[in-house]
Amino acid sequence: MNNEPAITPELIAKHGITPDEFERIRSILGRDPNFTELGIFSVMWSEHCSYKNSKPELRKFPTTGKGVLVKAGEENAGVIDIGDGWAIAFKMESHNHPSAIEPFQGAATGVGGIIRDIFTMGARPVFSLNSLRFGPISGNGDDTRKAAIAHNRRLFAGVVSGIAHYGNCIGIPTIGGEIYFDESYEGNPLVNVFCLGVLRHEEIARGGAVGIGNPVFYVGAETGRDGLAGAAFASRDLTEESKQDRPAVQVGDPFREKLLLEACLELLASGAVAGIQDMGAAGLTCSTCETASRAGTGVEIDLEKVPKREPGMTPYEIMLSESQERMLIIVTKGQEQTVRDIFEKWDLPYAEVGVVNDDGMMRVRVGSDIVAEIPAHKLAEDAPIYSREATPRPAPAPLGPLPDADPIAALPALLAHPSIASKNWVYRQYDHMVRAGTCVLPGSDAAVFLVREANKILAASSDCNAFYTSLDPREGAKIAVAESARNLSCSGAVPLAVTDNLNFGNPYKPENFWQLRECVEGLAEACREFGTPVVGGNVSLYNQSPAGAVDPTPTVGMVGLIEQASHITTQAFKAAGDAILLLGDVGNELGGSHYVKVVHGRKAGIPPRLDYAKEKAVQAAVRALIRMGFVRSAHDCSEGGLAVALAECCMSGEALFGAELDLSAALNGRADELLFNESQSRIVISVRRENASAALSLAHWQGVPARRLGFIGGEDLRIKAGDHAWSWPVSELREKWWGSIRASMEQG
Amino acid sequence: MKAAVIRFPGSNCDQDCYHVLKNDFGLETEYVWHKEASVEQFDLIVLPGGFSYGDYLRCGAIARFSPVMRSVAAEAERGKLVMGICNGFQILCEARLLPGALIRNNSLHFVCEHVFARLENMETAFSHAEVAKSDGKLLTARTGLLLRMPVAHGEGNYVADPETLRDLERNKQIVFRYSDARGAITDGANPNGSADNIAGIVNRTGNVFGLMPHPERACDPLLGSEDGKLIFQSVIESAGKKTKVSSPISKRN
Repeated sequence: MNNEPAITPELIAKHGITPDEFERIRSILGRDPNFTELGIFSVMWSEHCSYKNSKPELRKFPTTGKGVLVKAGEENAGVIDIGDGWAIAFKMESHNHPSAIEPFQGAATGVGGIIRDIFTMGARPVFSLNSLRFGPISGNGDDTRKAAIAHNRRLFAGVVSGIAHYGNCIGIPTIGGEIYFDESYEGNPLVNVFCLGVLRHEEIARGGAVGIGNPVFYVGAETGRDGLAGAAFASRDLTEESKQDRPAVQVGDPFREKLLLEACLELLASGAVAGIQDMGAAGLTCSTCETASRAGTGVEIDLEKVPKREPGMTPYEIMLSESQERMLIIVTKGQEQTVRDIFEKWDLPYAEVGVVNDDGMMRVRVGSDIVAEIPAHKLAEDAPIYSREATPRPAPAPLGPLPDADPIAALPALLAHPSIASKNWVYRQYDHMVRAGTCVLPGSDAAVFLVREANKILAASSDCNAFYTSLDPREGAKIAVAESARNLSCSGAVPLAVTDNLNFGNPYKPENFWQLRECVEGLAEACREFGTPVVGGNVSLYNQSPAGAVDPTPTVGMVGLIEQASHITTQAFKAAGDAILLLGDVGNELGGSHYVKVVHGRKAGIPPRLDYAKEKAVQAAVRALIRMGFVRSAHDCSEGGLAVALAECCMSGEALFGAELDLSAALNGRADELLFNESQSRIVISVRRENASAALSLAHWQGVPARRLGFIGGEDLRIKAGDHAWSWPVSELREKWWGSIRASMEQG
Repeated sequence: MKAAVIRFPGSNCDQDCYHVLKNDFGLETEYVWHKEASVEQFDLIVLPGGFSYGDYLRCGAIARFSPVMRSVAAEAERGKLVMGICNGFQILCEARLLPGALIRNNSLHFVCEHVFARLENMETAFSHAEVAKSDGKLLTARTGLLLRMPVAHGEGNYVADPETLRDLERNKQIVFRYSDARGAITDGANPNGSADNIAGIVNRTGNVFGLMPHPERACDPLLGSEDGKLIFQSVIESAGKKTKVSSPISKRN
C-alpha cells in the first residue's frame, strides 16, 4: 500500500523489535518486511504470543502424566481425562495491563478471552475462577496516599464489575478464586482468570488448518479498531504514558460471545469443522499463522471479505485488531452450508475469507493485492528465544525480635484485613450458581462443582501467597502448589492437574528474571511431587509500575476430582459438641506471615519451609478420614495461621459457633508465634466427639502428627495456652471479617 | 403432557430448567427457539433466566418482540400455564402478561445469594403441591412456608403503581415475598428493593406466573436446597389437570 510508512529504525524500535530480530525477519522473508508484515511480526514475537523470554523456563514443567489428553502448549488449552469417556479443558490467563488502565473492559475481555480458549477445544465452559491482586483499598496518609488508595478502590470495583458483567451475562458461574491487597500491586493490578469446560474425549477440537483446499471461515463479531496490538502493549512496562494506550484495550460483548459459544458448539457437533481457533491476542494474525503452523500447511485470506465494523481500515489495522468475540474456523470442504445455516440461526456475522493451501505461507490479500506473505511456521514458531541474565536476590534475613502484641486485638485486625476478610462483597456480584452445579459456595477452601452431564464432581482452587514468593521465590512457589493441593484435599478431592499464571516484572532486569526462574523451578518440582502435571497457562511479564515490579506471583490453579458426593467437605464447623483436631504440627514459623505484615508492618523474615513428605502425609490423612466419613469440616491453615483458621471455621457457615481450645501442650515460646505462625502442612478438622480418638489413631497410623485441640460450643472463640487465656465473641469477629471490604468500598 | 423451555438468544438458565423438568420430574420437555411461531402443542411454557439479547436496552424489552412471544401470549390467553423465572419474569412484564415492571436493584449491584421466599398464596397453580425431598421428608405448601432459593439478578426490583399493588394484594396475586429466616417481611431480607418485598406474582387469571428466585437451582440437596421442587411439582400437577380437561392430545398422560 503506497501510503504506508517507510520502515525506519525508529518505526522498528517502536514495534518493540530489536535490530537482531529485524535481521532475523529479513532472513526469513529474504527481503525487508512491509509495514503490515512488521506489525504482524511485532505481535507474534511479543512475549505474550511467543514466550520468547520464558520458553526455556516453561520447558521445565512436567507436562505429561496419566490422563493428559492434550498437553500444555499443544492447543489453546490442555485437556485431561476425568473418567467414563469425559474430559475437562481448563486454563488460566491474565489481563493485567488492560485492567490497569481500563479496569471494567480489561477484566471483562479477560473473562471473554479465557472462555473462548475453552470452547475452542470443543468443551462447554462450566465454571470460572479468578485470582485478583490490587494495591491497598484502605488506610490513611497524606492526600497523595489517599488518592492512590482511592484509585486502587476504583480499579478493584471496576475489575469486579467487569468480571460480573461478562460472566453473569454469558451464564458461566464464577465460583471461587482469591483476592489479595498489597502495596506491590499498586499501579499494576493482577487479573488472572480461569475457566474450565467439559467435553467427551471424542469431542476434542483441534486448532489446525488441515485439509488443502478447505475453506477458511471468519465467524463472530466484526473487526474494529479496538485492541490494536494489545499483545505488544501487554509486553511492555506500564508507565505514566500507558493511559494513552487505552485504544489497545478491547471492548467486550458477552451477549455476542454467548451466541458465538452456542453457535460454535452446535457447529462442532455437526462434524463440519476441520480446525478451529479463537482470535484472542494478535487476532486474525495469530489465528491464521498458528492454525497453518500446527497443520504444516499455509493459509490465504482476503481482507476484503472480513466483516468490518467501520470502513477505511488498513490491512495493518485489520490484522492487528484484537476485537473480541471472533473465531477462525477451517471447514471441511462441502460443509459450507452447515456453517451458514448455524450462524444465520444465531444471527452472527460470518464470511468465507480464505482457503488452506499447501505452500506453507500465510498470505494476506486485499482483493488481488498481496499485502503480507510470510512463512507461517517460521512466524509462529521461530521467534527468537532468549535466556535472560539472572541475578539472585539476597536470601531473606531472619525476622529478628518482634515487639509484643496483644492477640486480642491482633486476631480481629487480621480478620478485617481485606486479603483475609470475607469476599462476599465480591462474589455476591457474580452469578455463582447458574448452571445449577455449585455444591460449595464461594468462601470455603476450594470451589466444588457438580458437572451434571458427566456426573462428576470437580473441585478447583487458585493460590499464591506472594509474600512468600517475594521473600523466597522458590520456596514460595512450592508452597503455592502445596496449598492448592491442600485446599482440594480439604474439600474431599484428589488433585489432578495444574494451570499456572506467571506474573512477573520486566525480564530484562536480571533480578526479575531470577525470580521467574526460581518460581518456575519451584512450581515444577512441587508439581512433580504432587503428581499434578501442568497442562497450560500463561506468562505475564512487564508487570511493573514506576514504583517497581510486582511481587513475583506465580498463581496456581489446580483441579481435582471428588469421588462421591458424600466426600464433599467444607471449612465451616457443623455442630456444637464436635471435637476439633489439628492434623500436622503446631508450627512456629512467623517469617513472611500476614501477622507480621498486618500487625507489625513488615513483609520480612524467612517464609515457612515446605516438607513434601509431611505435606503429602497430612493431605493423604485428611482424604482418608473424609472417605471414612469422620470429617465434618476441614480447613487448612494459611494466612493468619491457626487462630485465623479456627475463627473462619467458627463463622463461615450459615450458623455461628463458638469453640473452646487448649493449646497449652503446644506452647513453646511466644503466644503470637503459637497463634499466628504460618507453618505449612496443617489442617484443622472437626469430627463427632465419639470419633475423635479413632480419627487421631488413624492419623498417627498414617505418620501424621495429630492432636485434639478442643471442642465446638458456646458463642465465643476461647483459646487457652499455659497462663494465657483469650476470648473473642464470634459474632464480633464475624462482623469485622464479613463487613471489612464493604466498609472500605463504601467509604470512598 | 409436554413442557416447552423457550430459548431466547442470551437465555442462560434454559439448560438448568430443562434438566429439572426432564430428569428430575420426568416430563417430556423440549427447547423452543425464539424464532418459532408456535407453542400451541405444549401444556406448560417456561421462560428461563438469562440475558435475552444481552439486556442492553431494558431487561426483556427486546425479547417480548420475539416471534414466539405472540404464541406465548395467545396460549396464556387460552389459559395455558406460563412460568417466567428471573429474565423470564422480566419478559412477561414487558409483554404485559404480568403487571408491573422490574427495575435496577436498589443497591445498584448485581446480587447473587440464597434468599427466603415466603409463600403468600398456597392456592395458585404454581404453589399448592406437596413433594417429597430426597431424604423422604415432605414439603407441603402452606401459607407462610419459607422456600430457600437463590436469586441472581441486577434488575429484580419489582415496581408497580399503588393501584396495581393494591389489586395484586386484593386478588391474592402475590405468591411469594422475600422474608428473613423467621418469616418476617423486612427491608433487610429484601435483596433488591422490591415493592412490598414481592418476589413472585401471578396474573389475574392465575395461569401466568413470574418470580425472581430460581427454583431450578434449588432442586438438589447437593446444591443446598430442594425447596424449588414444590413449585415444579405444583405447576406440573396443574398442567396435568388442565391437559386432561381441555386437551385430548395428551391422553397418554
